Amino acid sequence: MRGGEGASACLFALAMLAFWGTAARAQGPGLGTPVSEAEIAAWDISVMPDGSGLPPGSGTAAQGAPIFAAKCAVCHGASGKGGPSAALVGGAPLTSGIDTTKTIANFWPYATTLFDFTRRAMPWTQPRTLTSDEVYALTAYMLALNGIIDDRDVMDAETLPGVRMPNRDGFVVRFPEKTP
Amino acid sequence: MSGGRRTPKWNDPGVVAGNGLLDRRVFLAGGAAFAAAITGYALSEPVAAQQLVDAPWSTRPGVPIPDYGVPSRFEKDVARTLSNPSGAPRTQHARTPHQLLTGTFTPNGLHFVISHSGYPDIDPGTHRLVIHGMVKRPLAFTLDALGRYPMQSRMTFVECGGNSAPLFSREPVQGTAQSLHGLVSCAEWTGVMLSTLLEEAGVDPTATWLVAEGADSLAVSRSVPIAKAMDDAMIALYQNGERLRPGNGYPMRLLLPGWEGNMNVKWLRRIKLVDMPAMSYYESRTYAPILPNGKAYQFYFLQEIKSFITHPSPGLSLSGQGVYEISGIAYSGNGRIAKVMVTADGGTSWAQAALQEPVHSKAFTRFRVPWRWDGAPAVLQSRAWDEAGNVQPTRAQIIAQRGETATAVTNAAAFPSQHYNGPTSWAVGPGGDVTHVYA
Repeated sequence: MRGGEGASACLFALAMLAFWGTAARAQGPGLGTPVSEAEIAAWDISVMPDGSGLPPGSGTAAQGAPIFAAKCAVCHGASGKGGPSAALVGGAPLTSGIDTTKTIANFWPYATTLFDFTRRAMPWTQPRTLTSDEVYALTAYMLALNGIIDDRDVMDAETLPGVRMPNRDGFVVRFPEKTP
Repeated sequence: MSGGRRTPKWNDPGVVAGNGLLDRRVFLAGGAAFAAAITGYALSEPVAAQQLVDAPWSTRPGVPIPDYGVPSRFEKDVARTLSNPSGAPRTQHARTPHQLLTGTFTPNGLHFVISHSGYPDIDPGTHRLVIHGMVKRPLAFTLDALGRYPMQSRMTFVECGGNSAPLFSREPVQGTAQSLHGLVSCAEWTGVMLSTLLEEAGVDPTATWLVAEGADSLAVSRSVPIAKAMDDAMIALYQNGERLRPGNGYPMRLLLPGWEGNMNVKWLRRIKLVDMPAMSYYESRTYAPILPNGKAYQFYFLQEIKSFITHPSPGLSLSGQGVYEISGIAYSGNGRIAKVMVTADGGTSWAQAALQEPVHSKAFTRFRVPWRWDGAPAVLQSRAWDEAGNVQPTRAQIIAQRGETATAVTNAAAFPSQHYNGPTSWAVGPGGDVTHVYA
């Protein structure tokens, strides 16, 4: 092969590489199927700390107590005192040691997380079977057990994000340069 | 006792650090250099002359080859350890047996798994990945569709944020490399770059995070900054050339090279573009280590530079004085490993280890250094540097910043804190036994 041919073949390869590099990053074959938010609704269970994503409905600790006894106490113990799974009440101060058990009262920064995780993951054997009212009631029950809200406080999409958790300001962002 | 043995001296040929660490090039150089380096070493028990005969397996046709290969029946001990084999309603951990493996990638059947509720038995034909939220075009992708996108392959490690956590114990927890460090593995992952799919969906420029969610019963979800998603995040479809194993996310997982294992969401079914972190259970509670002052770290994304020696290590006793190869693995969530130093005298003197090429970014790098053990007590430890200039911290540095437990941890499966990336020290006793110590 003469040098000229080699060079042009090389240039062509480079051009193809550049094309593919751009194409691969900028656009794939475009095989995603459009879906509407209505079609995604059953999967869209993210609740954000500002309350966005919370569904309609409401509940109080009094309403949550019998639901807890029926569906949660088998693992978390009567009144959330602990059983095969973690206790949901109390908790030592975090200055007790780096291995202090993290609890709703001593650690969780946002009450919305309680709603989100209960709805998406509980009860363990039947996740996503609770109604929105039941999740609000259980959330209220757990918050009231820990003295964070009053027994009669109604939890709903308006009130839950406003609950101030005791350890809300207890965090240091580890990598601020990588955290928007 | 052999008459040919003596204690290696600093000025012996090939000795580069205390307690008999040899130049990393000794084995490679061979010939005169190797002979010089092993002067003073003699086999204590020369192999007796033996009449070699055909073994039974050599005198009859062998076993039919199976359709899917499995290890020899003599390798049954090379297995993961399971923290919860019956699947009780709590997390399951399957730990990689590093002391029984070598090389740089983890066989798929031995890749570590943490699952908070077992693995979902997903039919790939009906699985969907949805991208929605702050995008111009919410989209759903089938596995078949993703299979037609441009793919990339890369070696990368995945490590649980809780790996090596027993080293936060006030006293050394006795365990193997598997029980102490078994929640990290390395594989070649192949899939579609997430940036390609995000650009197809058209991300709103004011979106700053995405929430990734799995199709498991807990719908495990984590928030990921978009900058990482656009940098090197992948929707991984293949693991070491074959489809992902069910425990590792079949049929697709999020792969965030160098970032905390739990964020690499398995059984991925949904990505929602948002403008704040969701503060999900796992980011706001589980993977937020408590500091000595009672505050806690949040968004501990990176798996920082770490190394540990796998050979020798507890469970692998030395069988007598002589030349051994010390080897282990080093990795960094910040890029390529640049250098690994090894000590055999608890940190007084160090020898540079040879690095197995090619050295991949954010992947296991195997390091090796020859060592002539003279039978005296030794303390082995490795320390790594990466190309970004990060140095593996000493345990004292980590404890000063992160604290340690008030009392000794007795359970090697405990998680007294997270993100320990200091060194691990192995003490070699006079009989060749290896134990975990702090040095």
